Amino acid sequence: MMGEHSDKLRQYLSEGSDWTFELLREYDQEIGRVAKHYGLDTYPNQIEVITSEQMIDAYSSVGMPVGYHHWSFGKEFMSTQKSYKRGHMGLAYEIVINSSPCIAYLMEENTMTMQALVIAHASYGHNSFFKGNYLFRTWTDAEGILDYLVFARNYVAECEERYGERAVEEILDSCHALMNHGVDRYKRPTKLSMAKEQARQLEREDYLQSQVNDLWRTVPVREAAEQSKKEHRYPAEPQENLLYFIEKNAPRLEPWQREIVRIVRKIAQYFYPQRQTQVMNEGWATFWHYTLLNHLYEEGKLTDGFMMEFLQSHTNVVYQPPFFHRGYSGINPYALGFAMFRDIRRICETPSAEDRRWFPEIAGTDWVKTLDYAMRNFKDESFIAQYLSPNLIREMKLFSVLDDDTEGQLGIAAIHDDAGYQQIRQTLADQYNLGNREPNIQVWNVDVYGDRSLTLRHYMHNRRPLGETTPEMLKHIARLWGYDVRLESVDETGHAEALGECKV
Amino acid sequence: MSNLVDRRLSGKNRSAANRQRFLRRFKGQIRKAVTEAVSGRKVADLERGEKISIPSKDLKEPVFHHGAGGRRDVIHPGNKEFVTGDRVDRPQSGGGQGSGAGGSPDGEGLDEFVFQLSQEEFMNYFFEDLALPDLVKKQLAAVPEVKRARAGFVSQGNPANLHVVRSMKQAIGRRLAMSAGPREALREAEEALAELEAQGKGRSMEAEELREEIKSLKARVAAVPFLDTWDLRYANRVDKPQPSSQAVMFCLMDVSGSMDESRKDIAKRFFMLLYLFLTRSYERIDVVFIRHHTVAKEVDEEDFFSSRETGGTVVSSALELMHEIILERYPSASWNIYAAQASDGDNWENDSPRCRELLIHSILPLVQYYAYVEIEEENPQSLWREYEYVKKMNRQFAMQRILSLEDIYPVFRELFRKKAA
Repeated sequence: MMGEHSDKLRQYLSEGSDWTFELLREYDQEIGRVAKHYGLDTYPNQIEVITSEQMIDAYSSVGMPVGYHHWSFGKEFMSTQKSYKRGHMGLAYEIVINSSPCIAYLMEENTMTMQALVIAHASYGHNSFFKGNYLFRTWTDAEGILDYLVFARNYVAECEERYGERAVEEILDSCHALMNHGVDRYKRPTKLSMAKEQARQLEREDYLQSQVNDLWRTVPVREAAEQSKKEHRYPAEPQENLLYFIEKNAPRLEPWQREIVRIVRKIAQYFYPQRQTQVMNEGWATFWHYTLLNHLYEEGKLTDGFMMEFLQSHTNVVYQPPFFHRGYSGINPYALGFAMFRDIRRICETPSAEDRRWFPEIAGTDWVKTLDYAMRNFKDESFIAQYLSPNLIREMKLFSVLDDDTEGQLGIAAIHDDAGYQQIRQTLADQYNLGNREPNIQVWNVDVYGDRSLTLRHYMHNRRPLGETTPEMLKHIARLWGYDVRLESVDETGHAEALGECKV
Repeated sequence: MSNLVDRRLSGKNRSAANRQRFLRRFKGQIRKAVTEAVSGRKVADLERGEKISIPSKDLKEPVFHHGAGGRRDVIHPGNKEFVTGDRVDRPQSGGGQGSGAGGSPDGEGLDEFVFQLSQEEFMNYFFEDLALPDLVKKQLAAVPEVKRARAGFVSQGNPANLHVVRSMKQAIGRRLAMSAGPREALREAEEALAELEAQGKGRSMEAEELREEIKSLKARVAAVPFLDTWDLRYANRVDKPQPSSQAVMFCLMDVSGSMDESRKDIAKRFFMLLYLFLTRSYERIDVVFIRHHTVAKEVDEEDFFSSRETGGTVVSSALELMHEIILERYPSASWNIYAAQASDGDNWENDSPRCRELLIHSILPLVQYYAYVEIEEENPQSLWREYEYVKKMNRQFAMQRILSLEDIYPVFRELFRKKAA
């Protein structure tokens, strides 16, 4: 430990574990100062102190600070509350909302150390990620989201009053089921904002309804119809954004129902980047709380006791149990992300010969700039494909298991050796490709001239079939579409086979 | 510089609305769970919340996801001894996608979704749709609140209550009555005078006397006061008791040897439910516990549920005691009286007709409702037959047979179902 005289040089921010608003302010100022030193660019911060009950609230509404009412949030709340009360889980350190200002919640029960950790992690780590990462920049509008959520809640409440809770709930249920299929991956979304939404909402209702009618009104002469039936599908190209397709084309939705589909779709879109950057986002925030607090410790602002407590929680967060461990449930995104950002820094600062071979463009460069570039321009999939190093593969002892249902046993496809690095990197990257993780389902055809049925196609990947929820899902889609819905499965040879049907 | 906000005092209970929606959606399942919970609970336990579990498949929110099968390549950490090309058996426990790393859809493990219903919510589910037979307004001494009500007219009162129309009517009557005699005399005198004048004796002594008389009679008639103190009438107001909101519940139970533990257990629950229900419907409830075998005894709640006697059964002893207690302490004018009787149907053969007589003539006229449950699988015995006769004659008498713990709730509902409006 430090000698007598160096202790005198130290200016501890605090010594006890209790926090006060003055202390929070001081810590925030210090952490902010160091963050600036490292060039973290953030939205303005709003730090809110809340109770554990409010934290559970925030949890159960998927982190939306303002949410419309739905039973599923109630269910979430109840189960979170139960496990919290029983001590089965500690509440997360933090919930942070991708908005401007960036809202982070601190739970009042936490110690000063934990509050500081959360401030560093959420208000500077996540916040800078939200502001910098290209997916968030493209897909979310931090300035408008709070307004939009308010608009959504009011609109849903209004619909409940007018059409009954039951009717609204049904639509929401069906939309929630399709929430993962509500993103147009190649089109840039328009900005969300309450004022505009409200102003345009009525106009949109009328317009959309007329569009829908137009589609169905197009009834050419008979021979032509017969001919075009064979030749033209509607839509001409398969559509992956099911919610969007339904919003624009479902023949029987009322205008208010269309608006609800849109609300769910917009919210799904808002969360879309988070689903694609789990490893990066958490890794980034964890890397920075670790780096910022260590920096403050080196400046003599934090006590040893503070660091002990901090390191203990930090270690828990980034713990990766091995595959044979009882608590193993896949790769911990905090662990992987944190390890990767640290590894990149290592490659920049002290590259080995191997690193120079694998990463000639970053080995020996300024780590702060390199990290910043990585944070801005990648999502999990491409981040791993780009930066997962042989060194880290060895450290984590990663190996690849091939499970093929045509074979009796599992095969070890690759391990952490020279022959395997490349393959492990690719496989892990694929694992984070949303397109692989979630079934690829597309709108294939609408029988415009016939029974108006909707045909969806599931494009199989590696022969993986759909799970047992499929009939249920078809019911939900049929409820939105209003006419029969069919589902076909297309294997890798392009052969389509009927999977299921839901008659209305 | 960050903006620090203390939100602790605002936005409490934000999830309440979502919780209500959840409860509404799963009403059916929750009700079922509540029913089961009641039959499985201990007596002293009823007034608290309940942990409810619903099969979690009912509340899954489906999404499209991959099923087992096909080909998948998954990265795991922590390799120990594998080398490329090794073959290993599929792990048994994990099942098809158990080991599915890399963010499979949320945990598929739990079969039950468990949550806590608060006591109030629990009770609400429990008592939904139930109401006792029409509540009868009764005079109630115990309730101090009274309401002033009009009650005709009285001859004494304060000026503020003076009833003018009534008083004038009274005055007219009195004037007529008081002047009737003089008027009659006056009419006669005038007739006589007119006759005398017609005979030309208008100046006779006789006529003068008549004139004098007429004068005095007129004075007498005029002297009858227009309005007298006697005429005054005042609006009357009396204190009328508020509608009764107190009830007494009699619990009658057979504790003879033939009632075994499980039957007593069922009976206990029946009373428990009834009692709890009454506590919701009435502000004030007295409960009288009467247990009986060959003789009946009034006991406290604890004794009632925990004691055990041996010997035969004479049901009428309990009915007699109940009747006595009603007469003594619970005049039916001021109490809503409910009675619940539980028995296994055993009774001394000759006593059953007496029970019928007692019920029809002494007890039923006094009570709002009388519920009888028989906890027995065997064929009904004499008591049941006699009670069936009672039931035919009386609307406020109900009876049911309960066979198992699970039957209690439906029976209870049956007995106290809300009357269709």
